[in-house]
Amino acid sequence: MSLLSNATVLLGKELRTEFRSRELLTTTVVFILMVVVLFSFTFDTSSGESRKFAPGLLWLAFLFAASLMLQPCFLREQSNDTLSALRLSVSDPFAIFLAKLAANTLFLLFTELLMLPVFSILFNVPVGGVVAPLILVFFLGSLGISVAGTALSAISAQARMRELMLPILLLPLLTPVLIASAEATAALLDPAPAFRKDWIGFLAIFDVVFLTALWLFGEYLLEE
Amino acid sequence: MSGPASAPGIRFDKIDKRYGGLYALRRVSLEIAKGECVALVGRNGSGKTTLLRIAARLSRPTAGTVTFVGGLAGDDSRPVPAGFVAHATMLYDELTAEENLLLFGRLLGVPEISARATELLRDIDLYDRRASMLRTFSRGMRQRVAVARALLHRPPVLLLDEPATGLDTASVEWLARTLRQLRDSGCTILMSLHGQSEISALATRAVRLDAGAVVADSADGGSVAAILNVSVAG
Repeated sequence: MSLLSNATVLLGKELRTEFRSRELLTTTVVFILMVVVLFSFTFDTSSGESRKFAPGLLWLAFLFAASLMLQPCFLREQSNDTLSALRLSVSDPFAIFLAKLAANTLFLLFTELLMLPVFSILFNVPVGGVVAPLILVFFLGSLGISVAGTALSAISAQARMRELMLPILLLPLLTPVLIASAEATAALLDPAPAFRKDWIGFLAIFDVVFLTALWLFGEYLLEE
Repeated sequence: MSGPASAPGIRFDKIDKRYGGLYALRRVSLEIAKGECVALVGRNGSGKTTLLRIAARLSRPTAGTVTFVGGLAGDDSRPVPAGFVAHATMLYDELTAEENLLLFGRLLGVPEISARATELLRDIDLYDRRASMLRTFSRGMRQRVAVARALLHRPPVLLLDEPATGLDTASVEWLARTLRQLRDSGCTILMSLHGQSEISALATRAVRLDAGAVVADSADGGSVAAILNVSVAG
């Protein structure tokens, strides 16, 4: 079995178990909804200023939600030691990461797209004309969060104080993704929308670098 | 349950395993011939589980090497992994019994996996419950599925970590029957046990570990029963 076919089989398992339990999606959607609504109460969303700070708040909400979503990623492989069974079964341990980060990206992207109309209404920011480039920014940002987050989830699952460890490691590491995603989103939501290739290119490079690092060193993260 | 056509032996050469300053295994050297059924015994914390996990390549030794003498089937980049039954079931509670077997079978590249899963589910007498979530199963039923998972790809080497723990009499009898068939078909078996039971009666050799070191081996003289009895007394 090749890396890709192993990863596809595992992605199927991740999606099946999530859509059966709906634990992660429900928690994340409710969490982001609460954060976005609370932010909208805290700031004056009627002014033109909201276009400037709202993208940053939105990505902050995505980041907090992601740290919540990524926490059980490897933890739930521990209860029945299923991670060992996966390691014995796959031809390349990177397939485990690939499946998990693909599932995390899909879940995060799904949640973000669900929240986009809510955000648009609450912050008085029309998104109609820039949905396609926004999806690209959401995808690249979510991929960056998922790649780094999945790796750190594997590390923190074996650590003491694991519930605290992931956000402590994740949030500083993802600061560049937060900045680039917020800047690219802000440029798109401007009255004169701009496609910022510099920030989007930065996100793409971040994703490729972290994906390559995970491919090269991921095996060591799974070892006992 | 059909066994492998040709099984390798296992050679542990001066294995050390350290967790910080604590030795879990100390200079363990052991040669297990192909087709042998070896019982590893010893007190809790004597290093049995660590040795089995190193043999399964789930844990890397601090020093020393593990070699599969005669070579595992498959190519160098992807040798056929050993079948491993651990304390934990290594199965997903939120999948059905059949889905668990299909998942791991597909990952292992087992040909005609649907037919193989059906065959194993019939063997373990759980075909009628194949569509039930694993979380609805008793400990004994889960253990049967765990053994079936380990046998999916007809592994030439089977590693079992206290496989009878928590099983009722009927399940222990089923497990003993299954292991006997595998042993007789030439599968190399290494299993950790606590004292004598129907399962230990299958052992052709017994090795006792204490504080991470081999302290008795029936291959060096002495009977299997004597080593198993010392373990019970210890």
